Amino acid sequence: MNFKSYDPEDFYDELFKGKGRPRPGTEILINRLRSFPKGEILRRQKAAEAALFNMGVTFTVYSDESGIEKIFPFDILPRIVEPGDWELIEKGLKQRIYALNLFIDDVYHNQKIIKDGVIPKDILYSSKCFQPQCVGLNPPKGIWCHITGTDLVRDRDGCFYVLEDNLRCPSGVSYVLENRQVLKRTFPLVFEQSSIRPVDDYPDRLSRMLQFLAPENVESPTIALLTPGIYNSAYFEHSFLAQQTGIELVEGNDLIVKDEFVYMRTTKGFQKVDVIYRRIDDDYLDPTAFNPDSLLGVPGIMDVYKSGRLALANAPGTGIADDKVVYAYVPKIIKYYLDEDPILPNVPTYVCWDDKEREYVLSNLEKLVVKPANESGGYGMLMGTRSTSKERSEFAEKIKDNPRNYIAQPTVSLSRVPVIVDDDHVEGRHVDLRPYVLYGEDIYVMPGGLTRVALKKGSLVVNSSQGGGSKDTWVLSSLPKK
Amino acid sequence: MLSRAANSIYWMARYIERAENIARFVNVNLHLMLDGPVESEEQWEPLVIISGDHDQFKERYGVPTKDNVINFLTFDRDNPNSILSTVLKARENARSVREIVSSEMWQQVNKFYFLLLDAEKSGVAFDTPYDFYNQVKLESHLFIGITDTTMSHNEAWHFDRLGRLLERADKTSRILDVKYFMLLPRVEDVGTPIDNIGWAALLNSASAFEMYRKTFRRITPTDVALFLIQDLEFPRSIRYCLVKAQGSLHEITGTDIGTFKSKAERQLGRLRSDIDYANIDEIVSVGLHEFLDGFQTKLFGVGESIFSTFFSLRTTKEMQNKEVSQ
Repeated sequence: MNFKSYDPEDFYDELFKGKGRPRPGTEILINRLRSFPKGEILRRQKAAEAALFNMGVTFTVYSDESGIEKIFPFDILPRIVEPGDWELIEKGLKQRIYALNLFIDDVYHNQKIIKDGVIPKDILYSSKCFQPQCVGLNPPKGIWCHITGTDLVRDRDGCFYVLEDNLRCPSGVSYVLENRQVLKRTFPLVFEQSSIRPVDDYPDRLSRMLQFLAPENVESPTIALLTPGIYNSAYFEHSFLAQQTGIELVEGNDLIVKDEFVYMRTTKGFQKVDVIYRRIDDDYLDPTAFNPDSLLGVPGIMDVYKSGRLALANAPGTGIADDKVVYAYVPKIIKYYLDEDPILPNVPTYVCWDDKEREYVLSNLEKLVVKPANESGGYGMLMGTRSTSKERSEFAEKIKDNPRNYIAQPTVSLSRVPVIVDDDHVEGRHVDLRPYVLYGEDIYVMPGGLTRVALKKGSLVVNSSQGGGSKDTWVLSSLPKK
Repeated sequence: MLSRAANSIYWMARYIERAENIARFVNVNLHLMLDGPVESEEQWEPLVIISGDHDQFKERYGVPTKDNVINFLTFDRDNPNSILSTVLKARENARSVREIVSSEMWQQVNKFYFLLLDAEKSGVAFDTPYDFYNQVKLESHLFIGITDTTMSHNEAWHFDRLGRLLERADKTSRILDVKYFMLLPRVEDVGTPIDNIGWAALLNSASAFEMYRKTFRRITPTDVALFLIQDLEFPRSIRYCLVKAQGSLHEITGTDIGTFKSKAERQLGRLRSDIDYANIDEIVSVGLHEFLDGFQTKLFGVGESIFSTFFSLRTTKEMQNKEVSQ
């Protein structure tokens, strides 16, 4: 196949620097693809999809009672990140997570950052994600956000920006690992010739981080992953991570608090649990501490956690740093705690809570993306450039009714990567990037991440719930020698 | 291992085995129909009686025609013991223990389920029923073989085996019971050629005909009962199932066979002795149906005690709360 007519147009393309001209790090791949006869690329795409299906990398669509298994859409052309870019991302994420952890700890203790006037008090207390139950809490080793999946985007200028922090229960890492397995089979020759950094040791790093959190006196801790159960859309990932790390996969009903410890019900009696990687939200964790209607959680687990007899990852309360209004203050947060300028900038953000900024937002809705402060999955947004005047006036009312709940950002022209559209043809589609960060003994940024791609032509929405797919992400340790 | 996971594995195995045995029930009837002069409605009703859902069937279908019964036992989603319902439940159970079973096992359950969905649409169960029900048996056999060769023979595997063997013992007793409903009431047929054909079909439905022949020359009701109840080598005989199930149970608990620490071990041990030392002539003279009925009740008790011993661990506080709420 040839790429002569492939045109990045007016966007930053991750693989091509100009029409038909690959970037230095992508030449090995592109040359290989050029040697493919017509139809070969589509054949490999189909083979990869079949492999994912057989590996069980699926989610279940319960649109009818039969429950159909589907794979998440996946495109075999990888996104390639050059070493220099990655160095910046890695440094920037380490800085950001380190500062956010200090921020969360401060928020639930002395609140120095508020006393010093960096963040208004109201923003904190009006956040749905602020958990009063966590005030005064001292999580093991002082770490709150153990697992993070930060969303990055690259604009037309080639600069990476942080779009969202995702400090609660970020998902998707299993797709990174499975996508890589599949691509090694799809492009073995390219892997041989390139220096692509491995991602496979993530489960081991995760497991070590969880062990690190165990209470001091426990020699070989029992670690469990707490899932909402088989009907959860991320259940595949929960079971995959449990399988890969060898930890127990438990549901709320498997756990019970007794004699001030958490136990799981086993065929040989009650067994003490020391560390829980929980994949259910704060609100459902403990009906006696949070939402009393929750059937997913474990009554009394928060008391055990507070007493230090159990470690939770992530700690409850981290959602405060996920609030999109708090997000707007992250550059200031970094400056405040570390006295450093942020290495990775935010996307410019207008906070509707502020009178002046709201005025700007309301008079520029057609240029902006408006987001609710506490939704995920791309729900409840207004894409200004593609909205009708009716939608805009409806949204303006929502903003006026509840200004605290909305932020607005200029539309980012997300960078693009080619995707396969038919047997000999590729087209550019918009992508973002979610690298995963583990915070244990040190901060580890997995060299890679989930590249989400908006498969619909022209679409900027990469969420899997709205027509998005994924790609493997190759971080190069060095550029090929000429 | 986690009680919930053990429970899921145990039921996953039971449901797959149940689906296979329903296919066997239907198959034996299809064979009998071809050979016998008997009008069909009389022949299909016992199947519904054996499956234990007679009232439900009468209410929803009325007349036990061949098509009604086949649909009820195969694809009816409202019948919890139809092949489709049981395989669906096996699949949901397998999904909840995907990190414990091998991926090959998961794939096989999945494939089994999709095969049934396709068959439901294509009507193959009515067009070529022999092929279809044989395929169902084969999918179950594949699952058992895959389980045996791809999963460590650990505690989880023993729960799988325990579930499968108890289910099989129950179903073999029911297959044998078919005879009571279908053939023995017709006193005038005893010993006639039709009768022999009936017993041979019955052996076939338990895949037992060839193995029976290696032990006995002639087909007599007593010898067939003896073979299916007490043979120690045939893998679908009740005694074989109980012996091996007991083996797995004691692998799980670590207690020696012949001793017990739990209700489950005591009840299964006792039932096994019943079968070990039963006298076939006495059984036949007292009544095979009564014997099998009693056996099924005791087996049900074993299942309940397995549940209370392994799957329903509760703290003292939880038990007190439960009593209060009752």
